[in-house]
Amino acid sequence: MSALADVLARARAEDRSALIGYLPVGYPDVSTSIDAMTAMVAGGADVIEVGVPYSDPGMDGPDIQAAVDPAVKAGIGLRDVFAAVSAVRAAGAVPVVMSYWNPLEKYGVGRFAADLAAAGGAGAITPDLIPEEAAQWIAATDVHDLDRVFLLAPSSTDARILSTVAASRGFVYAASTMGVTGVRAAVSDAATNLVSRIRALAPEIAVCVGLGVSNADQAAEVAAFSDGVIVGSAFVRCLLDSPDAAGAKAAGTLAAELAEGVRRR
Amino acid sequence: MTTSPDSFSYPDSTGHFGPYGGRFVPEALVAALDEIEAEFTKAQSDPAFAAELSRLLRDYGGRPSPLSDAERFSEHAGGARVLLKREDLNHTGSHKINNVLGQALLTKRLGKSRIIAETGAGQHGVATATAAALFGLSCTVYMGEEDTRRQALNVARMKLLGAEVVPVTTGSQTLKDAINEAFRDWVANVEDTHYLFGTAAGPHPIPLMVREFHRVIGQEARAQVLERVGRLPDVVAACVGGGSNAIGIFYDFIPDAGVRLVGLEAAGDGVETGRHAATITGGSPGVLHGARSYLLQDENGQTIESHSISAGLDYPGVGPEHSWLHDTGRAEYRPITDAQAMAAFALLCKTEGIIPAIESSHALAGALDLGKELGPDAVILVNLSGRGDKDVETASTYFGLAAGDLESGDPALGDPA
Repeated sequence: MSALADVLARARAEDRSALIGYLPVGYPDVSTSIDAMTAMVAGGADVIEVGVPYSDPGMDGPDIQAAVDPAVKAGIGLRDVFAAVSAVRAAGAVPVVMSYWNPLEKYGVGRFAADLAAAGGAGAITPDLIPEEAAQWIAATDVHDLDRVFLLAPSSTDARILSTVAASRGFVYAASTMGVTGVRAAVSDAATNLVSRIRALAPEIAVCVGLGVSNADQAAEVAAFSDGVIVGSAFVRCLLDSPDAAGAKAAGTLAAELAEGVRRR
Repeated sequence: MTTSPDSFSYPDSTGHFGPYGGRFVPEALVAALDEIEAEFTKAQSDPAFAAELSRLLRDYGGRPSPLSDAERFSEHAGGARVLLKREDLNHTGSHKINNVLGQALLTKRLGKSRIIAETGAGQHGVATATAAALFGLSCTVYMGEEDTRRQALNVARMKLLGAEVVPVTTGSQTLKDAINEAFRDWVANVEDTHYLFGTAAGPHPIPLMVREFHRVIGQEARAQVLERVGRLPDVVAACVGGGSNAIGIFYDFIPDAGVRLVGLEAAGDGVETGRHAATITGGSPGVLHGARSYLLQDENGQTIESHSISAGLDYPGVGPEHSWLHDTGRAEYRPITDAQAMAAFALLCKTEGIIPAIESSHALAGALDLGKELGPDAVILVNLSGRGDKDVETASTYFGLAAGDLESGDPALGDPA
């Protein structure tokens, strides 16, 4: 069984998309970031991507960099991440870790999988790990019954879509634009094209779409063609604008708006 | 216990050097890397590509670069015979032009109109801007803001050559952050843009491609030493930041089991102080900038900022092939402090009339030690990878030379006579 596939299937049964919200652990501090995550759950997020701060976030734009940088400097590590995972789980949503590969490799791939499973995490999204390099991760997630989410991009060939889907568990992450994370004014056409290619080649797997969504209208637009709408930078902005309890509350308010968006039909 | 890697079998077909290398990149870049690999493979077996590249290297780059006997310098190296491979005499003043001309030709074959690059000391940025001007490509160079201050002369050179220079203000504001920023640009603009990576690191096939474009250094030097000395050198010494000049001069000597390959890493204030850039000596295996290799990291897997007086070596990673050469024992890697490098820098200036790059001065310092260890019968080939014009200000500050204070015998510089 897959915790992510289950929550996405439940959303589909309600004729809606799931809302997946990202926040890095440790900005502005561990407890405020966890408060923001639980506020997002209360606001209606189905899944929380619990972000591992990393010193070289090559896929992230300025918003996420700005939040992650101080968390790295504060020495936030996987122990804090597991605490956030448990808190999200207790709040009633499905926690999935989002991490660049090196912090996981340094911690030890098998040890990470075991500790993540113990903390109640569903699995992990690994934006700079492609299936070809993931043998150890695939073995560890099989042992601990964890989901593993790989990314697909508009430039992915059909052959890569098939091999990536085959390696994935839970869902595949469709990076809807070519580029780094960040709030965008318009949802790219590339997203709909990519999702329909994935659907045609691999109808069995759930497809969630990320990169660029910041408001309910965009969420509704993406929800119309995906199983899950992934929102990151817009939540991070809430805490950048107000790095305190008010920012955490604002993240919850934004989640409620977006949760309405993913329910429009 | 020393195993000699078969010289021509790495990387394997998936881009690995043993456990190192590979591709740790966002999916969005895989298609571009596949495209580069396919075009590079095609170009390698295309005689027209080889002919065009060697014409450019000769008529534009100034190859072959000479081999200089450093006779007076050798007196300070235990009497060992030190030979300098003069990459400093290439157009743009360093070995970097070899790779840049190769990749610029490849960019044309890929049908792309824009190149981007990262730079630390500015040598690779200048070389890339040069090739962009020559080939009529638009060019953006990412450079850490701290480095733009340390290497202001090279910033001006890049701008004169028509490149846009973007100061990077994130993270440590040095080379590693410039690479992150260049990757972000590339992910967003991969359709018309080639990322002209400056060292033998990064995701497959970059380490392979950069090595192949720099192999000419070792090919020339090996023949030149054989002709000059009548035998192979005992040691080949090169500085290692990312490791492009080192892999270029090492590679064709790998099958010569009697030749020691020695990489000199930047030890900054000393490896024991934690303020250094000696990745293999003081680091551990992990993943950074698209490949698995040794890197400087903390217990959370966060990259540790490196420190070196040399902007070109101030990098917390290293090319994956060096990690493999280290683990297999085929090459050895030694730390050289700022102080050792600067003493060697001053010595070469005064004994040979050559102002070396501070990067290359690490290799010179290594040669001084190796010569003393091996004695007067030894032949040591040093890759003098770049010239030091760009470093004059750093050296002036380091040696405390006020204007007009440069007469010979200045005690700060050490009098070799």
